[in-house]
Amino acid sequence: MTKLMSRQDLQNLRSVCQRALSLETKKILVCGGTGCVAGGSLDIYDKLKDMLQARGIHVSVELAHEPHEESVGIKKSGCHGFCEMGPLVRVEPQGWLYTKVKLDDCEEIVEKTIVGGECVERLAYRQNGKIYRKQEDIPFYAKQHRVVLEHCGHINATSVYDYLAVGGYQALEKALFDMNQDQILDEVSESNLRGRGGGGFPAGRKWKSCARQKETPRYIVCNGDEGDPGAFMDRSAMEGDPHRLIEGMIIAGIAIGSSEGYIYVRAEYPLAVDRLRMAIAQAEEIGLLGDNILGTEFSFHMHINRGAGAFVCGEGSALTASIEGKRGMPRVKPPRTVEHGLFDKPTNLNNVETYANVPMIIENGAAGTNPSARRTVPAQRPLR
Amino acid sequence: MTRQFDFAPVDRILDNHPRSELSTIAILQDIQEHYHYLPREVFPYVAKAIGVGEARLYGVATFYENFSLEPKGKYVIRCCDGTACHVRGSIPILERLRQELGLVGGKKTTDDLNFTVETVSCLGACGLAPAMTVNGTVYGAMTPDKASELLRELKAELEKGGGQA
Amino acid sequence: MQLKNMMTVDGVPVRIEGERNLLEVISKVGTIMPVFCYHSYLSIYGACRMCMVEDDRGRLMAACSTLPEAGMKIRTNTGRLRRYRRNILELLLAEHCRDCTTCGNSGKCKLQDLAAQFGIHDIRFPNSRENQSGDKSSPCIVREPGKCILCGDCVRECNEVQHVGAIDFAHRGSRATISTAFDIPLAESPCVGCGQCAVACPTGAIIVRDDTHRVWEMIDDPETFVTCEIAPAVRVGIGRELGLNISENAVGLIVAALHRMGFDEVYDTSTGADLTVIEEANEFVERVQKGEKIPLFTSCCPAWVQFVEKKYPEFLPNLSTARSPMSMFAAVVKEIYKDKLPEGKKRHYHVALMPCTAKKFEARRSEFITEMGPNTDDVITTQELIKMIKESGIIFRELQPESVDMPFGTMSGAGMIFGVTGGVTEAVLRKIATDNSRTTLAEIAYTGVRGMDSVKEADIPFGDKVLKIAVVSGLGNAEGLLKKIKAGEVHYDLVEVMACPGGCISGAGQPYISHRHRGKRGEGLYRADRISTIKRSQDNPLMKELYEGVMKGKVHELLHVNYMKNR
Repeated sequence: MTKLMSRQDLQNLRSVCQRALSLETKKILVCGGTGCVAGGSLDIYDKLKDMLQARGIHVSVELAHEPHEESVGIKKSGCHGFCEMGPLVRVEPQGWLYTKVKLDDCEEIVEKTIVGGECVERLAYRQNGKIYRKQEDIPFYAKQHRVVLEHCGHINATSVYDYLAVGGYQALEKALFDMNQDQILDEVSESNLRGRGGGGFPAGRKWKSCARQKETPRYIVCNGDEGDPGAFMDRSAMEGDPHRLIEGMIIAGIAIGSSEGYIYVRAEYPLAVDRLRMAIAQAEEIGLLGDNILGTEFSFHMHINRGAGAFVCGEGSALTASIEGKRGMPRVKPPRTVEHGLFDKPTNLNNVETYANVPMIIENGAAGTNPSARRTVPAQRPLR
Repeated sequence: MTRQFDFAPVDRILDNHPRSELSTIAILQDIQEHYHYLPREVFPYVAKAIGVGEARLYGVATFYENFSLEPKGKYVIRCCDGTACHVRGSIPILERLRQELGLVGGKKTTDDLNFTVETVSCLGACGLAPAMTVNGTVYGAMTPDKASELLRELKAELEKGGGQA
Repeated sequence: MQLKNMMTVDGVPVRIEGERNLLEVISKVGTIMPVFCYHSYLSIYGACRMCMVEDDRGRLMAACSTLPEAGMKIRTNTGRLRRYRRNILELLLAEHCRDCTTCGNSGKCKLQDLAAQFGIHDIRFPNSRENQSGDKSSPCIVREPGKCILCGDCVRECNEVQHVGAIDFAHRGSRATISTAFDIPLAESPCVGCGQCAVACPTGAIIVRDDTHRVWEMIDDPETFVTCEIAPAVRVGIGRELGLNISENAVGLIVAALHRMGFDEVYDTSTGADLTVIEEANEFVERVQKGEKIPLFTSCCPAWVQFVEKKYPEFLPNLSTARSPMSMFAAVVKEIYKDKLPEGKKRHYHVALMPCTAKKFEARRSEFITEMGPNTDDVITTQELIKMIKESGIIFRELQPESVDMPFGTMSGAGMIFGVTGGVTEAVLRKIATDNSRTTLAEIAYTGVRGMDSVKEADIPFGDKVLKIAVVSGLGNAEGLLKKIKAGEVHYDLVEVMACPGGCISGAGQPYISHRHRGKRGEGLYRADRISTIKRSQDNPLMKELYEGVMKGKVHELLHVNYMKNR
């Protein structure tokens, strides 16, 4: 795969991917999130793939450069969030969700659903005697308007091409070619995007404060430590849609004037680490990360740091200490992290969710942004 | 009797990282993964290689829960004791495992170095609480009885020569 | 009316003039804030929270880590702050050994002082601290982790200032402790014995080792001939605690006290320093002429020698082979009295009175032990000497000054200034200078070797050459210099290294004074030098006597050391 050297290159590739996606008349998305993997979803994925191929059906695992005429996409998706009903398998275009799928169900799925176009009712979700075939109808999902998690479960979590096919990296284009730093900073400020640190600190204000610092280099750091009890949305986002996070961080780099990004992922999320590593490698391969991105002067390099089992490393200064290879002890403030953070340099530290909101904000503009990204009241989170 | 410690694996690990303080945690993680604990011999060696004091390296190693200065068993069983798993009954599972393996007090590893049982905080599989991992493989919706059965299976596997080296 | 750069502290207007934090501003209005984890020369930790202040909006901030801003109105001593400070002290004391009367740090302990200052009379919490055993393995300092309040001052001193890194934080939470790697005894660790950790420690968790009981035993024994030597830095360090002015030269009173306590003979280490100057200067000239083993590093500082041995052994050949003044003098005095002990005395016990904890290690080095035993039998620091004087009931101020004893009663001013950074260099330069005119000596004084800067440089014309000299104090600074030398970035012919910042006057065995006042002790030594009739070591008539007398044929054996021998 040759590197994208210009905006046009990126747009061309995106068109190819979108076309390839449109040729996938049918898709099977096997959930490859931590919970479903624990239930054996990877074996289900393999069996479905083998069965389809044995049946003579052309199967596409990866969106091909030269897309085939008609294929059935079989993909590992990210976490749907419905782990207690896993392993989950989503079927498109109908949008049916099969729950508690077992290896023995694969044959029926292939024959009845893929070939026959019918729903396997016994695998559909049931609640209070009612059957819900479509994922969006299930009460758990019906009440949700998924923004950051919109692609989780719906795209191949291990492919940059899937991300491009659903319109990914358009925000990066806009930020790189159509906007200057101040415009990006203003857009994020106006969107009223809040941080997830319990104080709900306005992200735009933090970005502006960091951009104003005189010292260089500056760093973009993502807090993927997710220590809050019972929460795993950051895990889902990192496993299921890693490019969204990457795109958000690159845009932050443009706005703040930074060329180095660090993602700190807790050690207990090895799958998230793998998916992010894969995503970064893919992005580097096609030139969306690295030197002179898309032929511009802007460079951005990303690193992943794994945690080692300390809850306190979810706190900003302890996190940066951990990246520096030290004990994760929080340090006294002032000075604040935006002034003296990682390696004692100006650092913008935000949560996974915060960065993952950014592509949408840039793409749609602050005015067109979904109000759920705006939190005028800080979310109720446990204190760190 | 002291055995000569083979530093070749450590050298390989050191070659994979920039030799500076920044790589401390990543290097220790790789060493932990290879030996399943941090042998004492590696401390002066690594400290010298990355240019930090041994006392500092010891301080980093003893800070993070994931690092163990004691050898671990062939099977490392980690019971998730994060909030969700805890309220759904992780402790009875932990106690059952420890009881069956004869682990009392602060002891986490069996004398035959076959099993280590420890807790971990939040694997992010809260929808499957209570969860646990064995050598990285996640098992969800566990109960004390299921844990006992798993232990039986693991012991059988051991007989056949399984488990990590 | 808002004046530029003004803020108020307790209602008093004060101008902000580039202070690093509120603590420095507050001291300008004459208030001392209580602190545990703050030293002006260490990085800011902000952990103890004793120095919190309140602003007019009721917000709290730590004075050590907050920058002063124009318009700030802070109060340092509200009811709320007093209550918080007492709470902090109560919590610290709850987990602390409260047997102050038997603690070696009693009377010198910041925790004790602040507890008294804030009137802590009642501790509501039980002591649940696990027993932690102490570490007495080092001859220089004693560690008692059970008395540690985890302020981290020792860790920052050892790592950031001295670059030794023998101790660091380990474990976490309620198990957090300060420890060597794997809790090995200090004696087996990279510790060089400089004792600056004890200087920084606000409690009795690290203290200077107390060896006075041994010396008393020897004094009490009628068959033991007890001699001693007084180091230069001791004379300007001892006074303040015994009722004199800071940096006052109290050597005459010290001699009187020592005689009164029962020491048989009292001598001056400056005499030994004269020997060191002669030997080292000769060695230096020879190396310069041959162009080998340059730079010459001084080796009279035992912590520096250990630093080289443990961390930079490649520089061992560059160390001067001349012994330190203490060890030279001890060797000579033992040699002189070898077969000539006074009537009724069966053994000779020589004690060195030093500002330094590392000297306790030097005295035990195998290189300085002969078949007769160690040259220096014991080293007593200034702090221990003060204890002995108080124990004797002597009112120091009321003593009449006495002179040191013959036959070692002559010393030069050059020997005296060894106690301050730059002193050894200046003394050596006086030796190799062409003449001893006042002008020449003044010129040497102004070459740049004097002063409290951590790294000083001087260019000295010598025949057809220009010698490049560096004077450095503090081991971290020394390491910086070593790295530059290794990288070929700088070239020096002579480098003086003292482990303690400012030189021996700031040794760990000295009574604690703030860093601001260190320079005063140095000035005290320069004053002593100014009124000394003999300015250059080679002009000390005792030298000729010794070289032609007891040292004849034994100069190498008595006055030199080979640190490479036991590698």
